[in-house]
Amino acid sequence: MTLRMLYFARLRERFGQAEECLAFDGATVADLLGALRARGDAWAEELAAGRSFRVAVNQELATPDTRLADRAEVAIFPPVTGG
Amino acid sequence: MKIRVQTEAFDLGAEIDALRAGRLDVGAVASFVGYARDINDGSDVRAMTLEHYPGMTEKALGTLADEAAARWTLIDATVVHRVGRLLPGDPIVLVAVASRHRGDAFAACAFIMDALKTRAPFWKKEETPAGERWVEARASDDAAAARWADKVGRPD
Repeated sequence: MTLRMLYFARLRERFGQAEECLAFDGATVADLLGALRARGDAWAEELAAGRSFRVAVNQELATPDTRLADRAEVAIFPPVTGG
Repeated sequence: MKIRVQTEAFDLGAEIDALRAGRLDVGAVASFVGYARDINDGSDVRAMTLEHYPGMTEKALGTLADEAAARWTLIDATVVHRVGRLLPGDPIVLVAVASRHRGDAFAACAFIMDALKTRAPFWKKEETPAGERWVEARASDDAAAARWADKVGRPD
């Protein structure tokens, strides 16, 4: 499947990109995070277990077991700090 | 429910007038305005820039307002959040809730703000004398949002 990936705030800066199209073979958010960690460097560091970040799928907050569908919009970002 | 994300400033009085317009059953309006401070975590803050996730932001704020309307007896609500570069003293966020009686308005206003702090996708970056830094999420905000989970809908 192909995913539209979006990165925000500190993670956008660390990953050096705001968005990308990603070809992905897995099924869930957990699978996706594993694939991104395998890129190493900032990806492995920021998305490591125990680090604080959020994932949204099609603009709804998701959990590791959230299933992904072709053309889903997936955003990864730090805990929010508005208000 | 009126939800807006904008760069421009807002006027509390004008927002409350619009909220009440044509509704003589409104007996109470509770509002909250958050402002940019000139100090945070022990550093002077010269300015801050607010980033957001266009699309999800509006959806998340709408969901919070809908949850408040399902839980309390509300007539209407307005949520305005600014993005872009703000200076100390600038207003950041406005929540105004209209209801027949004050209890519903007070509680719904506090709930929407607490939920916004943990669920609406905004991020602050501060400009300090030592350089720029992203604001870290606070555990106290998670605690404030969690306190609504184990309460019944109506205030005592």
